Parts: sequence; structure tokens; C-alpha cells
Amino acid sequence: MLEIPLSALTAQVFTGLVIGMVFVLLAIGLSLIFGLMTVVNFAHGSLYMLGAYFGVFLIGLTGNFWLGLVLAPLMVGALGLLIERVLIRRLYGRSPDDPLLLTFGLSLILVEGVKLVWGKIGLTLDPPRAFAGALNLGFMTFPAYRLFVIVVTAAVLVGLWLFLARTNVGLIIRAGSRDPLMVRALGIDLSRIWLLVFGIGTALAGLAGILAGPMRGVYAEMGVTMVIESFVVVVVGGMGSLVGAVVAGILMGQVVGLTTFFAPKLAEIMVFVVMAVVLLVRPSGLFGETGLLE
Amino acid sequence: MSGRPAVRALTGWVAAHPVLSFFVFFAIFPFLLPYKALATQVLIFGLFALGFNLLYGYTGLLSFGHAAYYGLGAYGTGIALAKLQVGSLWAGLGAGLLLAAAGGAVIGFFCLQRRGIYFAMLTLAFAQLLYFIAFHLPDWTGGDDGLRGIPQLKLGLGASSLSLDSTLGFYYFSYALVGLAVAGLKRILDSPFGAVLQAIRENRDRAVACGYDVNRVRLLSFVFSALFAGLAGSLDALRLTVVPIEALYWTTSGQVVMMTLLGGAGTFFGPFVGAATFLVLEDRLSVFTESWPLVIGAIFSAFVLFLPSGIWGTLTGGLLHGHQGR
Repeated sequence: MLEIPLSALTAQVFTGLVIGMVFVLLAIGLSLIFGLMTVVNFAHGSLYMLGAYFGVFLIGLTGNFWLGLVLAPLMVGALGLLIERVLIRRLYGRSPDDPLLLTFGLSLILVEGVKLVWGKIGLTLDPPRAFAGALNLGFMTFPAYRLFVIVVTAAVLVGLWLFLARTNVGLIIRAGSRDPLMVRALGIDLSRIWLLVFGIGTALAGLAGILAGPMRGVYAEMGVTMVIESFVVVVVGGMGSLVGAVVAGILMGQVVGLTTFFAPKLAEIMVFVVMAVVLLVRPSGLFGETGLLE
Repeated sequence: MSGRPAVRALTGWVAAHPVLSFFVFFAIFPFLLPYKALATQVLIFGLFALGFNLLYGYTGLLSFGHAAYYGLGAYGTGIALAKLQVGSLWAGLGAGLLLAAAGGAVIGFFCLQRRGIYFAMLTLAFAQLLYFIAFHLPDWTGGDDGLRGIPQLKLGLGASSLSLDSTLGFYYFSYALVGLAVAGLKRILDSPFGAVLQAIRENRDRAVACGYDVNRVRLLSFVFSALFAGLAGSLDALRLTVVPIEALYWTTSGQVVMMTLLGGAGTFFGPFVGAATFLVLEDRLSVFTESWPLVIGAIFSAFVLFLPSGIWGTLTGGLLHGHQGR
């Protein structure tokens, strides 16, 4: 057996957790949008990419990372609202394939549009000065910014959970994903809820983008593989299940992190292998209900 | 307005005699284009879209991973000719078809575990898996550089042999094979099996109630679709004498989706119309701007929103999508 220093392994587990957090933010947005609206948003990866670009732009403009961190996701969310209202709304009632096709076209437009505005060469996004170095945790040292990403994501998830579990709007969202017909029969205007959910989901993608920017670089194609891997996370977790998105996101982060450590060449492949195994054992995903949109 | 009935009559005739129309039109097609290499590309990508359309347009399953079968066909032929040196064009084509069909059977089995929107995501995921596998097997696939050195063999026909060096020579070789595929597809769609496919698309529950094994029929349709895509990949490998790694990349899957929808999903000639539209647009636009995918993406999105039956589907009356949910 290979001798592996424990601290290196722990650090890798934490790295996997950071990757997992980005997956979770993307998958939870996808899952939220899918669960309520049965729309698969192919442009999710492009909005993630836009979050990073908006971040670079805002931080360059104001010189303040924190302002960018707050405003960039809001800008992406606003764009999401626009996309839902102007484009996707027209497709309700048609085949669920149609929104997927439309957002696919949209993702091409966004990627090429970003290249037109910011150029084809990638940009760099520096982490805030307060989190520039590494932190000694006693049992290992770890880049401070990555710990920050874990904390921010955890805080956002708790906030989202409180919103869905404790507020009236959250209640309507959960009810709407169970039985939209009944919710409408109760006199609730679901179209505004759809708009809101699309905004929240896309803002989460934007947040994932600006958080990932300092770690992975900012370039026009950065969302392409991410959206495919997020699809895999959603499939593994169970479509429309938020708990599933969180668990599967963290699981897939570990899969990527640990295979990168032990067998780097297999890192990209293992995600899909895990997906195939889950599909064979539990076709509806870890937390999925059968029969959703089939 | 006087041109309208003539167009209707012509499209009606073409729709009624698809195989004959194919052979007549594509016999003169290279002479209608600014340069002849584009004609071969339209034939090959038209065939690719034809295979995709069998699954999406006729069976109702949206695959976002058809690059997998196109790529398997291309690599199957490329590896047989360049690495294994089989020395026969036919054996090379056979290897490509075999690999594509095998890939279609295995991946189809997995993806058909889930239906609806899951299916699209799964096909995409498995195609991406193949891409990464090919990427990490440079000894066989050439990895990032692509598979190079596919020999330009002569075509053996009985005792004689035919050279495919010239652009027109290769065009008519593809014309013959794609024509066979078109006739084959027509045969499939007219068979009882084809009727079951369309019955499943229209009403799955009723097809089940009639006693059809829906999953078996779907898997068979998936494998046929993969075969058509594989033949297209195979031909493209022979045309280019190179297999770029992008053959397996998701952008290739996206292209075939766009071509089919531009032309008209669920129509027999839509795929060829769409492939021609896409490739001519790409060819013309790339002269003016590097951002041509932006223009094509916008056109495609507009089609999804406002013209879901595509160009050919609209010309022939658009029976599949109509304008539901307007």
C-alpha cells in the first residue's frame, strides 16, 4: 500500500468539500427551477459564468470584493427574471423539451456575447485581501479563501432552508412543486412564484460563479462542463429534491476531490461512473420520487 | 401569391416520394453550391441529423448526446484504418458501424432507465463520459491532437476498384451510401415497427395497453439512430482523414439538435434542409464575424419560440408540433 500522509488526505477532503459547495449551489438552483416549473435550464452554466464576469467587472469598477460578491448574483438573478418573463414564459404548456432547447440556444448567445464584450482570453479574479493567505487549523493548513467559500455556501443554504420552511412564500413554492393545479385552485398566482423561483435559482448560479472565479479562473467556457456535471448531480440526488441536490453535490465533490488525489486521470470520468451506478441501483436518484414528469 | 400552390405541390410531391426525391435532388446538389466540399458536408451531417430525428422526431426522445455515436463511428473507422491497418474501406466502415451500434445499445440501455427530461440529461452525460475516455486514451484516439493518418484507400467493388481522391468522387460515394440509409430509414418508418414508434410518441400509455414492449421498441430505435449517426461519423472520418476529439464533444451533439430543429423535427427531409441551412449559414457568417455561433444561437432560439415545426415542417404543413400552447 501507498503511504499517504493523513494531513494531505484531510486537505483533499476539504478541497472536495469546496468543489462540492459549488456543485450544491448550481444543483439546488437547477433543482428548484425544475421542481416548480419542470424547466431544465441549460443556460445555468452560462449564468454561472456571467456571475464571475459581472464580479470581475464590479470589483474592477469599485475596488471592493464584497460589493461584487453581493451585486453580481443580484445582477444575474435580474437577468434570470428577464429570461423567464420574456422567453421561457412563452413555452409553458408546450413539451418540456422546448425550454431545454431554448435555454441551449440562449447559452450559445451568452457565451459568444461574453467573448464579444470581454474578449476570448480568460480573466483573473483575486480573492479579497483578508482571505488571501492560508490558515493553520492545527491539523492542516488550508487556503483561507476556500474555507470562506464553504462558510458562505453553508450560510446561504441555511438561509434558503429558512425561507422555504418558515415563510409563506416558501410554503407556496413547496406546495407548487407538489401540486400546481391545487395551488392555483386556492387562488394563488403561480406565475409570480415561477418568476421569483427562476430569479433565485439563477442568482444562486451567479453566486457560485463569483465564488468559483478566484479558484478556477474566469473564462467564457467555464460554465459548459459545470452545467453538465451539475445535471449529473441533480440526476444522482433525484430531480426536484433539494436535500438530494445538497447530498449529491457534496458526494460528487468528494468523488472529484479524492479521484484527483489518487488517480488524477480518472477525475472527470468517475463522476459519470458514480452516476451510472446510482442509476442502476436507484433509477430515481438518491432522494428522488418516481413518476415526476415521466 | 401565384407561386404558393406550385411550392405546395412540389413539397407535397417530395414528401410523397422521399427516396426518389433524395436521389434526384442530391445528384445535382454539388453544382448548386459555391463549392463542392460543402455538398459532401451537407450529405454527411444530413445523415447524422436523420439518425437523430429518428429518435427525437419519430420516437419522441430528445438526445443531447448524439456526438457519442457519431464519434464512435468516426473513431471506429479511424482506428481500424490508421491503427489496425485493416486495409479495406469496407472493413473500416463496418468497424465504425459496429462500434456505434454497440455504444448505442449500452448507453441506450442506461438512458432508457429514465424518461422525459431525464433522458436528455443522461444522454448528454454519457456522451461527455465517452469524450473524457477518448481524451485519456491517446494511444488509440490521438487524445487532444485527434486521430491522424487515416489512409485514403481505394474503394473495392468486386474485382475493380475506385479512387475517392477527388471531391466529386467522394461526394458520389457518400451519395450512394447516404441514399441507401435514406431508403433504409423509409423502410423502417413504413414497417409495423415504425408505426409502433410513432404510436409511442403520440400516446405511450395506449401503446402499452396494446401490448407493445415500449422499452424494447425504444431501445431498438435508439440503436438504429446510433447506426445512422455512426455511418455519418465514419464517412466524415474518411472525408477528413482525421478524427478531431471534438467529434465526441457536446458541441457536436448541440449541432445536430440545432440542424434537425431548424429543418423540422419529425419530417423526413427536415434533417437535410436543416443541415444545409446550418452549414451554409456557418460558411457565410464566418466570413463576416467570429461570433457566428451567436447568430446561429439566436436564429435557433427564435425557431424554438416561433417556428417549432422548422423550415421543412412549415413548408409541408407542420403536422407534428402545430402551434400548441400559443
